[in-house]
Amino acid sequence: MDDHSPDAHAIECRNLWKIFGQRHLEVLAAARAGRVDKDAILEEFGCVIGVADATFSVAKGEIFCIMGLSGSGKSTILRHVNRLIEPTAGSVLVNGQDVMSLSKGELRALRAHKIGMVFQHMALWPHKTIADNVAFGLEVQRTDRKACRDSAEEALEKVGLDGWGDRYPDELSGGMQQRVGLARALAADPDILLMDEPFSALDPLIRRELQDEFLALSEKAHKTTLFVTHDLDEAMRVGQRIAIMKDGRIDQVGTPETIVLYPETEYVARFVSSISTLKYLSASEIAVAGEVASDAPTIGPDTPLPVLIEQLANGVDHLAVRDGADLIGRIDRPEILAAVGRDLARR
Amino acid sequence: MDLAILLDPFATISMPLSDWANDSMRWLTSNYRGIFQAIKAPVKWLLDLVEDGLRGAPQTVLLALAAAIVWQVVNRTTAILTLFAFAAIGIIGAWDAAMTSLAVLTTAVSISALVGLPLGILCSRVNWVWAIVRPVLDFMQTIPSFTYLVPVILLFGIGNVPGIIVTAFFATPPLVRLTNLGLREVRADLVEAANAFGASPLKRLWSIELPLARPTIMAGVNQTVMLSLAMSVIASMISVAGLGRLVLVGISQLDLARASVGGLGIVLLAVVFDRVTQGLGFTRRDRGNRGLWEQGPVGWLRTQVSNRQPLTNE
Repeated sequence: MDDHSPDAHAIECRNLWKIFGQRHLEVLAAARAGRVDKDAILEEFGCVIGVADATFSVAKGEIFCIMGLSGSGKSTILRHVNRLIEPTAGSVLVNGQDVMSLSKGELRALRAHKIGMVFQHMALWPHKTIADNVAFGLEVQRTDRKACRDSAEEALEKVGLDGWGDRYPDELSGGMQQRVGLARALAADPDILLMDEPFSALDPLIRRELQDEFLALSEKAHKTTLFVTHDLDEAMRVGQRIAIMKDGRIDQVGTPETIVLYPETEYVARFVSSISTLKYLSASEIAVAGEVASDAPTIGPDTPLPVLIEQLANGVDHLAVRDGADLIGRIDRPEILAAVGRDLARR
Repeated sequence: MDLAILLDPFATISMPLSDWANDSMRWLTSNYRGIFQAIKAPVKWLLDLVEDGLRGAPQTVLLALAAAIVWQVVNRTTAILTLFAFAAIGIIGAWDAAMTSLAVLTTAVSISALVGLPLGILCSRVNWVWAIVRPVLDFMQTIPSFTYLVPVILLFGIGNVPGIIVTAFFATPPLVRLTNLGLREVRADLVEAANAFGASPLKRLWSIELPLARPTIMAGVNQTVMLSLAMSVIASMISVAGLGRLVLVGISQLDLARASVGGLGIVLLAVVFDRVTQGLGFTRRDRGNRGLWEQGPVGWLRTQVSNRQPLTNE
C-alpha cells in the first residue's frame, strides 16, 4: 500500500514531531532517546507532546482517516498540512513540496488554491451571508465578484443548498451549516480537503446523511482527503485507509479490513473489538486446508462471507477456494460457524 | 532626635515631587514649546473648517442636513428625534453655543478615533505594546480630569484648540481599551478559518476581525463621545467656548437660567450623539440585509431612479 512512487503522494508526513511548550527542544531530545511517559515530561519540562514521530503518506485521490480519542494529536497533525501549526521536527510535503520551505505568500497561495478545510464547529463567519462565506476563499484570491458569486452558487448547489446564499449562518440548522462549511472548502476547487471532525457536532442521523453525501461527492470529485475523527464507525465508513493514534503516536496504519482483522497493538485490538469482523472476512481467511471434490464450486480468495453463506445454503456440499489455479483450501459449514464463533469470542 | 524621625518620619524626610514637576514642565516648555505649538496647527485647521461650516450655514439648512444624515446612517425615528432636539436647542437660545460645542466635539472625537483605533488595533496584535499601553491607560483614566488642565495650559495655552486636545486626551483611553478587547475576543476558530483559506493578515483584519469586533469597538466610540461631552464643562475652564461655558458662567455667577440652558443643551446633544453612534454600529444584518446606501434618503432616491427605468426604456 505504501510503495507508490513519491509523486503519487498528495500529502506526506516524515517523522513529524510537535511539542507544545517553552522547552520543546529538550523534550524532543528526551523523547527521541526513548522517554515516553507524558506525565513525567509534563512534570519535568512543562511541555506536552502533541505529535510524536508520525510518518505516513496519503495517495492522490485517497480518503485517509486519522482516528484517535481527544487529545491524541489527530487535529494537530491535520493542522501541520496547511501549516496552521509549525512542526518541532520532521517535515510535511504537499504535492511533493515541503510546506516549511514556502514563503508567506506561497503559503497563502497554497491555502487558497490547493487546500480546503472543514472545521468541527463549522467556523462560519456569522456576519457574512452564506454566499459570502463560501466565496471568501475566492475573494482572497482576488477573483472578480461575478466569478466569486458563480463559483459560490455552484458549490452550494453541490451540497444541495442552492438558493440559500442570502441567508445568514445562524438561520440554518447544524447539518445545513456544515454543508456550507463543505461548500466553502470546495468553492476554490482545491486538490486536498482537510476535514477536522466535520460531523462530530451533529445528530447521529444527520451525521450519517452527511457522511453519505460526502462519500457521493468524493466519488465524483476525487479529492485527496485527510479526515480526522474520534468515531471508529465513521472512520470505517469513510476511510480507504485509517491511521489509529494514541498519545501523539500512530499505532497502526491500514485499510479498515486490516485494522479489524489484524490489529498490531493491544490498543488497536481493544479499539476495534466492538466492530464485527464478519463484514470484513473473506474466503481466504475462512478456508481450511483439505481435499476438495472435483465438482465443488470454485470461488476466489476475496469472496465475502455473505456470498459463501448463500452458496452453501443452496445445498452445495463444500466450496473450493482457488487463487487462479492454486488451491488455497476448502470451506464447509463448520468453517463458517468457526468464523462466527471466533468473532463472538473476541468481543 | 533619632526617635523623632522614627515616629514622625515625614516631618524630616520628603521627596520634592512638586519641584520635580515644576522643573520638568519648565524644561519641556523651554525646549519643546515649538513641537506643542506645531501640534495645535492641524487641530486648529480642522476645528476652523467644522466651526465655520456649522456657524456659517443657515439654521434651516443645518437642521435638514442633520436629519438627513441621521436618517441615512441610523433610521427615520432617530432622524425625527434629532430634528426635535436641534429645534429645542435653537428655541432655548443655545444655538450658537451648541454649534461651537458641536464643532469642538466633532474635532475632538475625530482626533480620538484617529489615534485610538489604530492604537487599539496595534495593542491587540502586539503583546508587548499592550503591556506598555495598558498601565498608561490605567493612569490616564484614574487621574481626575481637572488635573489634565494645568499641563495643557502650560504647553498649549488656553482656548478652543487646547480644549480639544485635553478633551481628546481624556476621551481616547476607552476606545483603545475596547478596540483591543473586541479584537482579542474574536472567536479563535473564526480567525483560524480565515487563515486556513489563505487570507493575508490585513484581509483577515478588515473582513473578519474588525466586523466581528464591531459592537465592542462601537461601544468604545460611544464612550469616547460621551466622555467628550462630559469634558465640555471642565474644558470651559481653560476658556473653551460653547455650552460648557454657559454652565460655568452659571456656576460662578449663580445664574440658574444660563446654567439650565447650557445643561439642557449638553443633554440634548448627548442624546443625539448616543443614538447616532449606536446606529453606526448597526451591521448590514441589523438593517435587514440592506447596505448603508440602500436605506434612508439615498436608498429612496435609488428606488425612485430604478422604478423609472422601465418607463424610459419603453
